Amino acid sequence: MDFPRGKVIAVMGGSGSGKTTVLRLIGGQLRQQSGSLTVDGAQVSTLNTDELYKMRRKMGMLFQRGALFTDLTVFENVAFPLREHTRLPESMIHDLVLLKLHAVGLSNAAELKPSETSGGMARRVALARAVVLDPELVMYDEPFAGLDPISMGVTANLIRKLNDALGSTSIFVSHDVHESFSIADHVYFLSQGKIVAHGTPKEMMASTHPYVKQFVNAEADGPVPFHYPGRSLAQQLGFSGGADA
Amino acid sequence: MLDRLAALGRHVRQLLSDLGTATRTFFAIIAASGGLLRRPRLVTDQIHFIGNYSLVIIAVSGMFVGFVLGLQGYYTLNKYGSEQALGLLVALSLTRELGPVVTALLFAGRAGTALTAEIGLMKADEQLAAMEMMAVDPLKRVLAPRFWAGVIAMPVLAAIFSAVGILGGYVVGVRLIGVDEGAFWSQMQGGVDVWNDVFNGVIKSVVFGVAVTYIALFQGYRADPTPAGVARATTRTVVIGSLSVLWLDFLLTALMFSQ
Repeated sequence: MDFPRGKVIAVMGGSGSGKTTVLRLIGGQLRQQSGSLTVDGAQVSTLNTDELYKMRRKMGMLFQRGALFTDLTVFENVAFPLREHTRLPESMIHDLVLLKLHAVGLSNAAELKPSETSGGMARRVALARAVVLDPELVMYDEPFAGLDPISMGVTANLIRKLNDALGSTSIFVSHDVHESFSIADHVYFLSQGKIVAHGTPKEMMASTHPYVKQFVNAEADGPVPFHYPGRSLAQQLGFSGGADA
Repeated sequence: MLDRLAALGRHVRQLLSDLGTATRTFFAIIAASGGLLRRPRLVTDQIHFIGNYSLVIIAVSGMFVGFVLGLQGYYTLNKYGSEQALGLLVALSLTRELGPVVTALLFAGRAGTALTAEIGLMKADEQLAAMEMMAVDPLKRVLAPRFWAGVIAMPVLAAIFSAVGILGGYVVGVRLIGVDEGAFWSQMQGGVDVWNDVFNGVIKSVVFGVAVTYIALFQGYRADPTPAGVARATTRTVVIGSLSVLWLDFLLTALMFSQ
């Protein structure tokens, strides 16, 4: 897989296909058992803890559930990376945080606690936190999951705009075909830990690959079985033979 | 038979592995503590959280333990005509033994469980993973400040427990039963040695603070990231923490007070 600088890349696939694992491997939270993985010229698996942390300072990551620090306010959450990694004066931190919160539409929610925000708001705060240090690489784990259609569209546009404004690279994993195809430059489809197809959104829409077709058109029948593999219903009910229902 | 032996072997191997991980994490926290000197606020905030929130239960418990010591002490001493030594008995019992031990047991139940649940939920909610991805070491930012806060708060809480307990013993012994007030305080002043009694009690409470706080943090840090996992970890904090306090108390008492 290649994630060129300045591009927005979507990694798509069904549950358990290995999408989040790709992000964890890039971030060094997991080490690959074989093959090689290079980020900005460095082999991630050979980095020691200090080198890994140095590399992560150039990254931002949006977690699936936001992962906001529950004992801090929205403002403090976004200010956290600035306070940990910079020696900026408090007035500048204040302005930077408010600008980032404004970009996600939440500058007026700065004093709320994460428990006082909705799921969509928490995700947008986490997005502001992920990009507050203007990282070179931003990874988004299911950025659209659980969002209402308005927030989903706004978040998708925000990912694209932030990427273009910062000149960074964005990788996001998602199930949402419409939003992902609308902002991605390139799409990878994964199934059972393997790349089954990749290309531009346009190419993927026109793809005749059975997995991509099933996924893009949300078809029940295809290479991905709806039923968990095992005995047929007839067998489970005690009737002999019978095909799977 | 072979199956049982294999199961025993697995159990022992797991135990040794857990002990190794616990020891390594302990020294990693100590090594990660240097940065706290530049950011003491991280520790003082936690002292407030751990210490202040435990204050009420410690003070109330100390008072009732003092009441009971006053009653039981008077009942026993009166048999030998030595009720004048009630103050000494109450003070020695509290400073040498009950202050550090009961405080540590209450601490495990109040602050220890809160720490385990907090760290466990941070792990389950991916907050610790998010911190790592922001290039911030959770050992430095989360565990080390809480560890030192617990170590500092414990002796202070034990001192409060003992002080309130002595006042409780005074109320029951002097005010209610009528033991001579002068004898109560003077016997205490004459019989309690600062180094042998008070200081050894402080050492005990520091050791208990290290043990209970670390057990609470480690259980939270190693908890399965699920609600059931956090609940199990919280229970383990109370069980392992309490047993460790009692075992360490015996060890320290044998070392300190044996001739």
